[in-house]
Amino acid sequence: MTSTPTKVPAAPSDTASLRGRIGDSPLRPDGTLKVQGEFAFGSDLWADEMIWGVTLRSPHVHARIVSIDVGPALATSGVYAVLTAEDVPGGNVGLEHADQPVLATGVVRYHGEPVALVAADHPEIARQAAKKIRVVYEELPAVTDGRRALEPDAPQVHGSGNLLRHLKIRRGDPDPVAPLVVSLDFEVGMQDQAFLGPESGLAVPDDAGGIDLYVATQWLHADQRQICQALGLPPEKVRLTLAGVGGAFGGREDLSIHVHACLLALRTGKPIKMVYNREESFFGHVHRHPASLRYEFGAGHDGLLHYAKAELLFDGGAYASSTAAVVGNGGTLGLGPYNIPNVQVDSYGVYTNNPPCGAMRGFGCVQAAFAHEALMDELADRLAMSRVAIRQLNGMREGDRNITGQLIDSAAPVAELLQLVQDMPLPAERLSEDEFDLLSLPGGVSNTTHGEGVVRGIGYAVTYKNVGFSEGFDDYSTARVRLEITADEPTVTVHTAAAEVGQGLITVEQQICRTELGVQRVVVHPRDTQVGSAGSTSASRQTYVTGGAVKAACEAVRAKVLERASTMLDIEPSELVLDGARIVSITGAVVASLQDVLGTDAVDETVKWSHRPTYPVDPETGQGDAHVQYAFSAHRAVVDVDTELGLVKVVALDTAQDVGKAINPDAVVGQIQGGSAQGMGLALMEEIIVTGGRVLNPSFTDYLIPTILDMPPMRIKVLEYADPHAPYGVRGVGEPPTISSGPAVAAAIRQATGKALRRVPIRPEHITEG
Amino acid sequence: MTSSSLSSSFTVTVNGEPQLLDLDNRTTLLDALREHLDLTGAKKGCDHGQCGACTVLLDGRRVNSCLVLAVATQGHSITTIEGLGTAERLHPIQQAFIDHDGLQCGYCTPGQICSAVGALDEADRGWPSAATADVGAEKITLDDSEIRERMSGNLCRCGAYVNILAAINAVSP
Repeated sequence: MTSTPTKVPAAPSDTASLRGRIGDSPLRPDGTLKVQGEFAFGSDLWADEMIWGVTLRSPHVHARIVSIDVGPALATSGVYAVLTAEDVPGGNVGLEHADQPVLATGVVRYHGEPVALVAADHPEIARQAAKKIRVVYEELPAVTDGRRALEPDAPQVHGSGNLLRHLKIRRGDPDPVAPLVVSLDFEVGMQDQAFLGPESGLAVPDDAGGIDLYVATQWLHADQRQICQALGLPPEKVRLTLAGVGGAFGGREDLSIHVHACLLALRTGKPIKMVYNREESFFGHVHRHPASLRYEFGAGHDGLLHYAKAELLFDGGAYASSTAAVVGNGGTLGLGPYNIPNVQVDSYGVYTNNPPCGAMRGFGCVQAAFAHEALMDELADRLAMSRVAIRQLNGMREGDRNITGQLIDSAAPVAELLQLVQDMPLPAERLSEDEFDLLSLPGGVSNTTHGEGVVRGIGYAVTYKNVGFSEGFDDYSTARVRLEITADEPTVTVHTAAAEVGQGLITVEQQICRTELGVQRVVVHPRDTQVGSAGSTSASRQTYVTGGAVKAACEAVRAKVLERASTMLDIEPSELVLDGARIVSITGAVVASLQDVLGTDAVDETVKWSHRPTYPVDPETGQGDAHVQYAFSAHRAVVDVDTELGLVKVVALDTAQDVGKAINPDAVVGQIQGGSAQGMGLALMEEIIVTGGRVLNPSFTDYLIPTILDMPPMRIKVLEYADPHAPYGVRGVGEPPTISSGPAVAAAIRQATGKALRRVPIRPEHITEG
Repeated sequence: MTSSSLSSSFTVTVNGEPQLLDLDNRTTLLDALREHLDLTGAKKGCDHGQCGACTVLLDGRRVNSCLVLAVATQGHSITTIEGLGTAERLHPIQQAFIDHDGLQCGYCTPGQICSAVGALDEADRGWPSAATADVGAEKITLDDSEIRERMSGNLCRCGAYVNILAAINAVSP
């Protein structure tokens, strides 16, 4: 360093005027582009010479492929390539198990499995040509029921047994008894992520046999790993950049167009764009596992739980995806946030010839919560206890151990969350029949009744969910942070591969950089594979894990800057503080400007950061420290139910959640609202109808998601009990609301109608029948 | 309009500029905007009129552009999200969506905003909705139930509805 430090006058802290630090709610950096329609989603990409790719999918649930004749398709004017399994150079793909061929190889295992690809100069030409591919199938016996799949004579999906995973949890007395025993069976339908921006991307070949893929996804590096496997290419030849993501919710954690677009691009030498239409999107990604649940709780007359037995069966469909981890969550977390001394849980994941299922917001906990919360209500009713009080009585507290024996070593405010939602004001009572507004009835503007059969109900539910990847997974993120002076202003550039899917992670990254480095101007680098993996945008983990990586990288940058300043000023680094654009001594005197220290150099640090390790559970007892952090939420739903028409209106959906530390309070509330809407959707309306393995409703006419009319006002209370083990004390936010909202709605309908309602979504006929 | 059996040549005003288009008759307005005029703000969420992400204004009225054939817009005026405001001077509804965080992933946002602009105009003209108490009123004030009713054709899977409602409320007179 050759420059002489300039004299900088002492002044109040340079960082006091910073806007948009942690705890603030700065605006999204991508907000202006998004409201202008200028933000480039995967479906909006374009390249010179670009042509279009489409997929031919299996019409059968399980069939042998006898022959494929691509001749007529290839002869179609405008068609550049038609590819089948023979054209795939590498191996199978899969998020956890590489069990899925890129294109069906000899056999199709589900309705909608990709069989062939076409590239043409117009998407409609490609679609027409795909119809000309002659595939001769020989149908095979299929297994489309999860329990049937485990019978010894069931058709085999992969020829190696249909059991994907069986997780056993055994704790305490193996033959427990209790004065009061309640049990139930519960069924949860197949939910779809239904993100509004269908799968899309653009693959651009280079002239050296490599490829650049721009794709809407949740986990760039897991995609890259699988694409390399399938193409037989090294990572440096497969470069990914995140395209704008139109929602994800778990449905983009597995591959969709990725390898297909790359194969076509490498074959044709042209950029390939692929965009699914809505119908194909329903076939093009995994869904939430339908689940079949059998639960039994034993309790004392005082309401204390003595034991729980549970069997959870998750239908994984034709390929594994993340079923094993869903089974893990369902098993380890599937009894809810309660203290239960004696436990026997069997959680199963099975292969069937149904559509593959994998990640969706709430991941294995959503299904289980419907069962354990229904059972807690049943227990309360049998004991004539309050439904809130019985949950509070049994609720976990910090210092307790959960059913895998793991110590709950940060806040577990189950009782408080329930109290908070119970104490919130209730919506106004319904007016008498001649006074009320017909529009306020279930069914709304249809004016179908005058409210004669309308009854109100209130339901409560509480949940806990793991944050981050579990059971020993090497869960880390990587962040690169660069500090330099540009145009006389200190500027930070933050670069991670973490997928921004709308949750606001890029805002959080900026907030962390501002807080750590005291610099207002933080540029967010496009997300790509030029930096190390950030792990998945799932499991409510990015603010925690990528946030932790960004914080650590900032600390490394700060240390480097102070080292340079120390050398220049001959003052120990420990006696210097980076204060925005200035270097200050511990006595508060300004000793140099950042400009002096950096000159035209940049300080650039990359840090790989991991949370505390987790461990596999014991294979016989399921005991172990499977998870790194737990997040808790509670909901109270108020519903009006028209018992004659079976219509439900959610009048209020109130919630309380502990988020550890709200890095961006507005974004936290947005996640809670959105997550609650999706949980409510599963309780009331959302289900992919699969009959004999066939999907019957792949459209937004027949698969309903909540509209603005369905979404009630919400009261939201956010608690901030810092987790001492997490950066800034943060706790994952995105998933708990999706878990506790649905069971609260279901409970409210049960309370209103007196019906058992052991299946979701609850349809009108379930309310009116019998 | 000059026509062959398969295609038509016609003029339509888009965001104030006359555009001469020569398109296959089967081309939807949405595809014409996205693929031929490089206006990708309107989104294709379903292509069946179910999600509202493709909403644009046709002579000031809201339409699902995926359900309109482009040739049928000859001589008409289209306003898309790109024509509502500029980066320096956003439309008040655009600004309100930013201020109230009425978006997450943003995919439905162009459609939501065009729809909201149309809804405010409809209310100003006194066009009743199913939620209107006084259907004879000259102007209709949009309360929460009116906004919910009039915006119910625009799906938001991120569930930003609470903030969308707040954004429109902030601009509604």
